[in-house]
Amino acid sequence: MKYLPLLLLAIVWETVVQLGLISRDLLPSLSDVARAGWTLLREGDLWQNGAASLYRGGLGLLFAIVIGGLLGILMAWWRSVDAFLGPLVEALYPMPKSALIPVTVLWLGFGDGSKILLIFLGCMLPVTLGAYNGARSCEQVLVWSARSLGASRLRVLWDVVLPSALPELANGIRTALALTFVLLVSSELIVARSGFGYLIGFLGEGGIYDAMFAVVLVVAFLGFFADRLYQRLMDRLLAWRD
Amino acid sequence: MVDSEGDSVKQIAVERVSHVYRPARGREVLALDEVSLEIGVREFVALLGPSGCGKSTLLYLIGGFLPVEKGAIRIEGAPVRGPGPDRGIVFQHFALFPWRTVRANVRYGLEKLGLAREEQERRAQHFIEMVGLKGFEESYPSQLSGGMKQRAALARTLAVDPKMLLMDEPFGALDAQTRSLMQAELFAIWQRTPKTVLFVTHDVQEAVRLAQRVLVMSARPGKIKASVSVELDRADPHIYRSPAFAEKVDEIWNLVRDEAIKAQ
Repeated sequence: MKYLPLLLLAIVWETVVQLGLISRDLLPSLSDVARAGWTLLREGDLWQNGAASLYRGGLGLLFAIVIGGLLGILMAWWRSVDAFLGPLVEALYPMPKSALIPVTVLWLGFGDGSKILLIFLGCMLPVTLGAYNGARSCEQVLVWSARSLGASRLRVLWDVVLPSALPELANGIRTALALTFVLLVSSELIVARSGFGYLIGFLGEGGIYDAMFAVVLVVAFLGFFADRLYQRLMDRLLAWRD
Repeated sequence: MVDSEGDSVKQIAVERVSHVYRPARGREVLALDEVSLEIGVREFVALLGPSGCGKSTLLYLIGGFLPVEKGAIRIEGAPVRGPGPDRGIVFQHFALFPWRTVRANVRYGLEKLGLAREEQERRAQHFIEMVGLKGFEESYPSQLSGGMKQRAALARTLAVDPKMLLMDEPFGALDAQTRSLMQAELFAIWQRTPKTVLFVTHDVQEAVRLAQRVLVMSARPGKIKASVSVELDRADPHIYRSPAFAEKVDEIWNLVRDEAIKAQ
């Protein structure tokens, strides 16, 4: 079984705490964490904050995929769009996206809006670059074939360029998916009244470390699960690749 | 030649066409130099020349994929304005849509025609069977051999019933046996549903085997060097062994050889 090392790590964790090798103030035992997690689940804290986070993350990522993908394909297809936006994308790509947290708060306040905007801005560029590179790799003869079979120039964009871009675009979206979790939790940690990040910060400040660890584990698991699910989906969607 | 009306209008007329190839880096190359040719309705013409002589470029110009910058190209008397379903194209490397199954590839042009779904399926199936791909309808191109890919591409092009077939070294990427089989099949298809065919190749035997007329191109910059009529009994399965075939190949090979040497 592939995930045996994870199980091993869990056992080591529980053992070192139970044996008193590490102080419980620094690392609560895994069983305590599980118990605290169960309580959070039962009392609804996890659901409430989870729903808030999912909403922000989902919407921000959705905007990033749609607008970022569109931008990338337009850049690849029209040289003038590329000439205008290309340098902007290049310059902004390496910027640490978390630096935008205070900016989005300044614009949209402490609520959902600022998180959605942050995730949208932070996740857009990897998607744009994926779509751009993918669309650039689109073979000329495929475009010509579609044109000679009666497709208009615009139609070719949807029928040929987009599917050609899909494998690279999918990679860009995968990066964006991981980034979503990073930006979501860090922005909620700093300024928010709900969400996973908020919950982690709240519990940490209150000294309720077993519950805090539980939320951290939940977020880690969700990130892992989302990535696996995404890859499954892409394997099916891109089954035509050799 | 000035066309009047009716039968005298050629299916394809190329008049003093020159084309300059401009690579992203490096200097400009004159690919075609005042090329003129005419192709009649339902005529099967091979365009033969050494590699790099511009024969594919000429085909792309006729297909409307590249802009005609100097000279004129007319299809049934009207200047070419972009690609169209009247001119079906078959590329050397098949150019199938890799994300579509064989069936969906063949259906593509039929979708663009706006046919009813049932009619699309019926016609797609007809052409899939015609090229011998029955049983492979749901396969993706990546699952097919080279010969099967080219059959699928041929079916996709034939399905929209183009008046003209533009073929760019269509069998150049296939092994010798498959190539020979495909030549025979293409010829059989052409006999059953005659279309105007312009067939680009650098293979003299292939040109003689298939075409009623062989246009020989010079090395770059490409010009039409000669037009040779070929009258052979193509129903003969042993055409390759007939003396007439060998003579024709010799005659054309003599025309091509100097150009091939120049092109090296």
